[in-house]
Amino acid sequence: MHIPDNFLSTPVWATLDVVAIPAFGIIARHASRQMEDARIPLLGVMGAFVFAAQMINFPVGLGTSAHLVGGALLAYALGPAFAVITLTAILATQAFVFQDGGVLALGANVFNMAIAGVLVASVFYQLWGRGRGRKAAIFLGGFFSVMVSGVLALSELLVSKVPMSRELVLGSIGLFTMNALAEGAITLAVIQAIERLNPGWVQKPEASNRKIVAAMGAFALLLVGVGFLLASAAPDGLERIGILTGVASKSTFHAPLADYQLPFWSSNWGRRAVAGIAGLGLIFGLCAVAGKVLGRTRKEAACTT
Amino acid sequence: MHHVILERWAQGNSPLHLRDPRAKILALLAYLIVLATTPPGATYRIVTYAIVALAGVVMSRLPILSLLTRAGVVLPFSFTFAVISWFGGEHLRAIALVEKTYLSAVAVLIVSGTTPLPALLRGFESLGVPRVLVSVIQFLYRYLFVISEQAQHMRLAAVCRGGARKTSRRDRFQSAAGALGVLFARSYARADGIHRAMLARGYNGHLPVADAGRFRIADGVFAALTILVLTALRTLPY
Amino acid sequence: MEFLVHARDIHYQYEDGTKALDGVNFYLFPGETVALLGANGSGKTTFALHLNGLLQGSGEIDVCGMRVGKATLASVRAKVGMVFQDSDEQLFMPTVLEDVAFGPMNLGMSRMEAVVKATWALGEVGMDYALDKAPYHLSAGEKKRVALSGVLAMNPEVLVLDEPTTFLDPPGRRSLVHLLRKLPQAKLIITHDVNFAMALASRAVFFEKGKVLADAPIDEIVRRFDWTAGYDTLASDEFLRYSAQRRF
Repeated sequence: MHIPDNFLSTPVWATLDVVAIPAFGIIARHASRQMEDARIPLLGVMGAFVFAAQMINFPVGLGTSAHLVGGALLAYALGPAFAVITLTAILATQAFVFQDGGVLALGANVFNMAIAGVLVASVFYQLWGRGRGRKAAIFLGGFFSVMVSGVLALSELLVSKVPMSRELVLGSIGLFTMNALAEGAITLAVIQAIERLNPGWVQKPEASNRKIVAAMGAFALLLVGVGFLLASAAPDGLERIGILTGVASKSTFHAPLADYQLPFWSSNWGRRAVAGIAGLGLIFGLCAVAGKVLGRTRKEAACTT
Repeated sequence: MHHVILERWAQGNSPLHLRDPRAKILALLAYLIVLATTPPGATYRIVTYAIVALAGVVMSRLPILSLLTRAGVVLPFSFTFAVISWFGGEHLRAIALVEKTYLSAVAVLIVSGTTPLPALLRGFESLGVPRVLVSVIQFLYRYLFVISEQAQHMRLAAVCRGGARKTSRRDRFQSAAGALGVLFARSYARADGIHRAMLARGYNGHLPVADAGRFRIADGVFAALTILVLTALRTLPY
Repeated sequence: MEFLVHARDIHYQYEDGTKALDGVNFYLFPGETVALLGANGSGKTTFALHLNGLLQGSGEIDVCGMRVGKATLASVRAKVGMVFQDSDEQLFMPTVLEDVAFGPMNLGMSRMEAVVKATWALGEVGMDYALDKAPYHLSAGEKKRVALSGVLAMNPEVLVLDEPTTFLDPPGRRSLVHLLRKLPQAKLIITHDVNFAMALASRAVFFEKGKVLADAPIDEIVRRFDWTAGYDTLASDEFLRYSAQRRF
């Protein structure tokens, strides 16, 4: 799921950098205003925990095993804003120290995993984390955080006209689904294990803000849809917008989802261009909203020392 | 282990090691951007970038073979897509993909291999990366191996006790979850201990500001020259 | 002679109501080395954490003429230097030099002054070769010495060491003894390593269930409470019966 450099086309990685950097900045600034620097070792240690946790194998059948990705777990343990910071730290470390994921593509990876992934998991938890649906909420949060990150990455690759056959696309979606199921199960099991040791270590879902959270939820799902729409509608449009694409203009490879175009998007390149821009604008708007809402962290009574 | 080797490499004192991290970061970004924005048909340009990268490797006095091999970790991924491109008829694109992804990895390795992580982080902070992020990465890296070792031990202990194949998948799943729960608890306790140790030495709410060091003329020359050369290679028509 | 540390009637309760400290009195003279002995969970560490205000129970503690309280925490923490059991938790900065400079910088020194002080402190413990090293790569003994220098760099008058020999091999323990003997500060050593304690301390305070049972010269305490790790004093069955009563 970590996108390396030179896969995404320049408009895509550049846009995502431009989107993710201020979004992260807003979230980080809101969060640091409400925490003293003593939080920083906790976030660092939790980041190291997630790294280390990825070494533990969870048998998921057919002789295969999965491991924790950690976005949802961090969101439930630290709250969304701190989870965003921690995951971004993890991604940056992976890029520079372990060459896992690109440097220019950090914006894309941060957007997909640290921001969208955490956002989605938080939505499920905030809405249904209390009461009877709690286990389902935790599971679904984990499931969708991986699913959304994966689909976003896929969309970004498709929009960049990275050659992918239909089989590869569907196969990737299948792979994401399996990983997402594992993540849901692992996140649930680990949260339960943590709560058995100390319930105070897991955040209580905020009962207020329901409307905003619901809006966030709607946006999140819309985002996934937009991702697909972009892939289907935008290729030619973005090509004409993007001056610096690294892609040959006459591609024999059509975006595989072009066949899924809705009748609305006819062959008029202008409309596609508008769709592309609108989609990106939506993403940016979402980030701004997310920044404001996620940045509001409650005083974590459970985490005082 | 990879990071250990990087740390060892970073202790050298080649001309590249001695450059300010900020200069190296800027040069790296220039290199990556130039690489990313070059169209696949421009084979000669990509060759010139490779020469620049090689020059960097030589100037860093890092073990060449080892570095070039480690940069190859990205190749399996790019080969897959390159093969698909090739059989889709886009030969140039396929070759360019492999070349560019590899050269990117080499460039990042040169910088990581000549700059100790704390110095690199100071450079980033000085260039505007939020303090919160830089500090979290610093602590993450500090405890990454301590906690990984703990995880390793837990894995070994479980393996030692899991000889019988009779353990059901569900049980092994649950015990892995339990292990992570314990690891989480120990990590949390560790964070508490760190906080206590910070307080005991007079910590008053603000981590000390890291000193980014002086940006010397040599650093400026290095950065400017690299960026100029790369821009020229990217834009000159040939 | 004035007390360097004087604690009177310290009580401390955990959140769940268990009494961790039940009326502890304690004093320490300048230059003295005192050992805190007692079973696990008897309150030794809990008590020590009160001396620099990391825990606040009821009762009064005077340190170097200051009453330990919210207003004096910063000064008290400069006077009472604490070396924790887990060196990894104590050495949290990326390099040795930065870590040892952490304390001086918190005391208001400039970066340059802090670095000078840190270099001096590392010299005192014989670790000046490790300035730029990452703590992860040091041995347990080296980490313990760096942790100690991080504390020395703040010019404390009292050193509190919590189980300092836990991860040290025998040569490491011997060299720590020699190092500590050189230092002029008063020392409070929490330890299960009785030989280590006897090599350094003149007096010992014995804790049990949050109370101080005795405060006397160390060999008297060791004898009175049979606080040795000698393996040949009692026959195995007898000892098992004995320990079943004491419930270790």
